Amino acid sequence: MGFTEGAAELLRRLTAQYGPLMFHQSGGCCDGSSPMCYPAGEFRTGNSDVHLADLTVDGIDRPIPVWMSTAQFEYWKHTHLTIDVVPGRGSGFSLEAPEGVRFLIRSRLLT
Amino acid sequence: MTRYAVPGEPGSVVSYRPRYDHFIGGEYVPPAGGGYFENPSPVTGQVFTEIARGTAADVDRAVTAAEGAAAAWGRTSPAERARVLNAVADRIERNLEAVAVAETWDNGKPVRETLAADIPLAVDHFRYFAGAIRAQEGGISELDADTVAYHFHEPLGVVGQIIPWNFPILMATWKLAPALAAGNTVVLKPAEQTPASIHVLIDLIADLLPPGVLNVVNGFGVEAGKPLAQHPRIRKVAFTGETTTGRLIMQYASENIVPVTLELGGKSPNVFFADVADARDAFYDKAQEGFAMFALNQGEVCTCPSRALIQSSIYPDFMADAVARVEKIEQGHPLDTGTMIGAQASNDQLEKILSYIDIGRQEGATVLTGGERVDPGGELSGGYYVSPTIFEGHNKMRIFQEEIFGPVLAVTRFDDYADAIKIANDTLYGLGAGVWTRDGNTAYRAGREIQAGRVWTNCYHVYPAHAAFGGYKQSGIGRENHKMMLDHYQQTKNLLVSYSPNAQGFF
Repeated sequence: MGFTEGAAELLRRLTAQYGPLMFHQSGGCCDGSSPMCYPAGEFRTGNSDVHLADLTVDGIDRPIPVWMSTAQFEYWKHTHLTIDVVPGRGSGFSLEAPEGVRFLIRSRLLT
Repeated sequence: MTRYAVPGEPGSVVSYRPRYDHFIGGEYVPPAGGGYFENPSPVTGQVFTEIARGTAADVDRAVTAAEGAAAAWGRTSPAERARVLNAVADRIERNLEAVAVAETWDNGKPVRETLAADIPLAVDHFRYFAGAIRAQEGGISELDADTVAYHFHEPLGVVGQIIPWNFPILMATWKLAPALAAGNTVVLKPAEQTPASIHVLIDLIADLLPPGVLNVVNGFGVEAGKPLAQHPRIRKVAFTGETTTGRLIMQYASENIVPVTLELGGKSPNVFFADVADARDAFYDKAQEGFAMFALNQGEVCTCPSRALIQSSIYPDFMADAVARVEKIEQGHPLDTGTMIGAQASNDQLEKILSYIDIGRQEGATVLTGGERVDPGGELSGGYYVSPTIFEGHNKMRIFQEEIFGPVLAVTRFDDYADAIKIANDTLYGLGAGVWTRDGNTAYRAGREIQAGRVWTNCYHVYPAHAAFGGYKQSGIGRENHKMMLDHYQQTKNLLVSYSPNAQGFF
């Protein structure tokens, strides 16, 4: 897992606004296949989830955990994921939407 | 070919207002927080109106208005509710072009689709549920000679509905028509990507509905959708979207112990058996069109047939014809009636599609056609366009497993019937599927074995009101459409009545 500097900057702003954060990678339609950013603990993870990584971002004390459903991870595990941010609008209940931006996953093959 | 004028320009059949507030209690009210957000058209990327930025205070006000209207609306006779829904349908039908052009401008889809599908289907869904509620009956169970169980349908009360952006008006109608027919009142949150067209509809039908029966609160998911899903006085939540938000909505619903219906997407297989190519006839032509259906609505359909499975023995010739068919899809101005594929609904959607085209290439899938962003030029240069794209690969690739929600098809081959079913079911989802064959037995067996809520058989992307729609596996919970949908918006009241004058004998 990684993240771009643009994503890091946005995460610093969201942390200042909402406190500690978490990600859960979504699947399915509409805003699916995108990482959803919530206040830590807002989304209850469980036995059907995999803890992919903890993102350590400069200027944020607490690492940001990234989760994905186990079933989805089976199809994703051969790829390296980078959380980026692009101008955009909608995002389920993800925290960044009112900023006019959207977190986005970029992928490359693990070698 | 006709080119409709842009909304608000001279000669246009419709105009947007410069600003929309929330529609609560039968009137427009400004947002409690005073904020608005800009709404661009994906056709040009240019802002054309601004929309109230709803918060928990607006949602609460809307729920209160809906609660105030619930008792009277729930007591209204089925005949009267049916009359209102039919009047809504008639009003939309008389203004079909205006609503269709408004929808195209907000969403980016071609006007030939909104004119021929989205809006006529919305009209028909209101009529269907107007009829269904009058035909619905309760039950009487004769338990013994003196004891009867009566089963009555009662409305739930206030329901919350969160609408997706791919068919803003039709998806709102899928949820509204059964909910209102069953006697509920509604607080509806449109998607923030397509928040405007529903207000063109409201302007047309507001006088037909008692105040508070339908309330619309706009805003972002985290600011308006979440307080709606969490609201303790909502009796049910209906959501169309993706899996993480679906799970979050279930979590919120568990706090209030209310039911949910969830439609969370799919990765629908479209299976072509070899006998499809036994002749170059009308049926072959129909099957070829079925292959190209992945481009309908720019691929922004939960049931997009985004995996095509072709039997190996016909693969080369069938694919040659299919690629040629797809390359004939006209991409252009969405307000041209000749345009077959328009703009993706938002910039982030465009970026996501491009990121999947990138990972498809990295995984070694072969691009047979398309594979890039398109700049149609002129005023469309600021819009979000992708060429219809066909990848050839295998079912373990991520482009075969994840919903791209764009005009991107992943094609693979299968050897025999068992292989076809195995690949078709190798997915987390189970919303739609397509089966194409001239053999009725094969069609029946495949349709029953594929784990999906709807298996289109020798057709695709048909959405009549009288057929149940919904998902197996991670595609969701519950169904939409069909009269059975009334059950999702009703309580069952059982009166257990004894007509015996005698004691039961226990005490």
